[in-house]
Amino acid sequence: MNDTYYISTEQMTVGYDGKPLIEHIDIGVRRGEILTLIGPNGSGKSTILKSMIRQLRLLAGTVVLDGRDMAAMKEREIAKKLAIVMTERIRAELMSCWDVAASGRYPYTGRLGILSKEDRAIVDGAIETVHAKDFADRPFSAISDGQRQRILLARAIAQQPEVIVLDEPTSFLDIKHKLELLDILKTMVRERRVAVIVSLHELDLAEKVSDRIVCIAHNRVDRCGAPEEIFSGDYIKSLYGIESGSYNALFGSIELPAVTGTPRVFVIGGGGSGVPVYRALQRAGIPFAAGVLPESDLDFPVAQALAAELFSVPAFAAIDPETERRAAERMREIGTVVCTVSAFGETNAANQRLAKAAGDGGLLVDAEAFIGEGGV
Amino acid sequence: MKQGTGERHTARRTALGFALLALALIALIFCNIIAGSTKLTVSEVFDGLFRPQSEFSAIVLHVRMVRIVPAILLGGALALSGFLLQTFFANPIAGPFTLGISSGAKLVLSVTMIAFLSRGVAVGSVMLIAASFVGAMLSMGFVLAISYKVRRMSMLIICGVMIGYICSAVTEFVIRFADDSNIVKLHDWAMGSFASIKWENVAVMAAVVIPAMIAAFFLSKPIGAYQLGEVYAENMGVNIRLFRIALILLSGVLSACVTAFAGPISFVGVAVPHLMRRLFRTAKPIVIIPACILGGAVFCLFCDLIARTAFAPNELSISSVTAVFGAPVVIFVMLRRQKEGAR
Repeated sequence: MNDTYYISTEQMTVGYDGKPLIEHIDIGVRRGEILTLIGPNGSGKSTILKSMIRQLRLLAGTVVLDGRDMAAMKEREIAKKLAIVMTERIRAELMSCWDVAASGRYPYTGRLGILSKEDRAIVDGAIETVHAKDFADRPFSAISDGQRQRILLARAIAQQPEVIVLDEPTSFLDIKHKLELLDILKTMVRERRVAVIVSLHELDLAEKVSDRIVCIAHNRVDRCGAPEEIFSGDYIKSLYGIESGSYNALFGSIELPAVTGTPRVFVIGGGGSGVPVYRALQRAGIPFAAGVLPESDLDFPVAQALAAELFSVPAFAAIDPETERRAAERMREIGTVVCTVSAFGETNAANQRLAKAAGDGGLLVDAEAFIGEGGV
Repeated sequence: MKQGTGERHTARRTALGFALLALALIALIFCNIIAGSTKLTVSEVFDGLFRPQSEFSAIVLHVRMVRIVPAILLGGALALSGFLLQTFFANPIAGPFTLGISSGAKLVLSVTMIAFLSRGVAVGSVMLIAASFVGAMLSMGFVLAISYKVRRMSMLIICGVMIGYICSAVTEFVIRFADDSNIVKLHDWAMGSFASIKWENVAVMAAVVIPAMIAAFFLSKPIGAYQLGEVYAENMGVNIRLFRIALILLSGVLSACVTAFAGPISFVGVAVPHLMRRLFRTAKPIVIIPACILGGAVFCLFCDLIARTAFAPNELSISSVTAVFGAPVVIFVMLRRQKEGAR
């Protein structure tokens, strides 16, 4: 069934000290594909990866690499097919970045490990691939975490593997370096058709970079599929057991829990203009009502996550008179109104009327000033 | 292009480093031949070395050289053993002495020697090495067991030093029970000295130490991989289990051989590999292994020269001289680690 997989597990059981943690794992990755493992901390992502690279003994099942049982393969054979980037801090006393990258050539060099001209060219190429030429001569111990991660990736590339296994490679990186690293991986996959198995914490990145995603939780492979299948509805919320706050699958953004209670301000929003105000109110701990938003509006998902009360209409619908009437009533009851919208058109004509009514009634306040005074 | 200049620079540094060590070695060999209770002139030395019938031959060959050759071999063996142990435990201050391995060897050796000598049986060189090796492995076993429990490098060293003290105490105790005639000899040896080695011993010593050195040199590729950590070494294709066994056996044989003939010699195993890393500015085993062998020889010749001449005609124990020069290096390494905040 999985002859096209370059590396796959068959009924693999992993765990520590003979105690199974996750049983009967069947996952695999093809060449030219990125498989991402996601799941809560301690769910066993690293355990699975460590078991696949033979760092941990399998409790049952097999790992098949290029059609052969990995347990029966020689270290050197595996080394030519599989490279790793793990979370362990590597000790590299008195080694330059170039030296560390060059260690990837190990399986190809002779008894004394002396690099040939060709080996050197390959290492130079790998350094270039990860854009590390500028600091290749510097000591490995003197560079930043982001640079180190790139050098470790260069090391893996120099090993000329068919599959690269990476355990949380982006954990200590800032956003720029996260993007760079994943971009390099994407390029490797596209141009050299390597297979990649990676565990990631950043769901938004996982969604964008992965061809397929494996979700590990509750001591099992909870779900497996294309990103579209995984990042839909409330699945992520249940995978991570999120109880406070919410995760927006579409935008890959997280929101803290809404401030509940009687709204102290009514926010007329739309077209994305409401989001900063919603968030500012949430931070200040002020419960608010939001309206009137079609479900297709940019503001809608955030308002849904953060507003104590929300007036909405179906997607792409004009605001119906009944909703407008209820919103106007609530607005008067609350007595304070913020309007974030500056452009009105056909679909939000009702909001324009609401804003005008609020202005006429002297209810309209400036958002910044209102929040600055603590919402009174 | 930048890479090219960097590498030429490294190559030049390596060549210079080895040239320096070789010069120092030759100079020290010469000093060691000349210095002593009978001062020799340069021409007398050459007479002694190259004209067997010369009157100086006896003193050059059977008094001076018989002490210089073991100092070279055993010094190299000690430093190399220290380097292997430092690699194994990923600990810059590991060494046969700091981990209690020398003292373990000393204990089993004393017991064996007393048992044999009290029956009037002479102990051969091979027997000495075997007994010493058993002792070294016993200590090593303890240290390994501890290393699985504690991951902190300082804890491991403290445990090693404690093992060393226990073994030394028991050795003292055992020596008390020896016959009077043996005590002097045993006591000298237990303090560490190159004085009582004979040419027959040197042959056996060379037959053990030189192959072990060559074997270690041919392990320099996996050692280099292992320096990056076990996980990466395995991924590079190193058979970790076999490799670890090889490291333990080699470092055990080397330090056992030293203890068997010269007694426990302190701090060479820690200080020399560190000095070599500083001198060559690299930790690459393919450079550091030969450098340690040469550097250990230079260090021990230098210390033995001082041991013999500083308070002549009284002789110091070699271990107290190596400690004077070696211990500060260890303190320096620890302080630097502290500053770097590593572990």
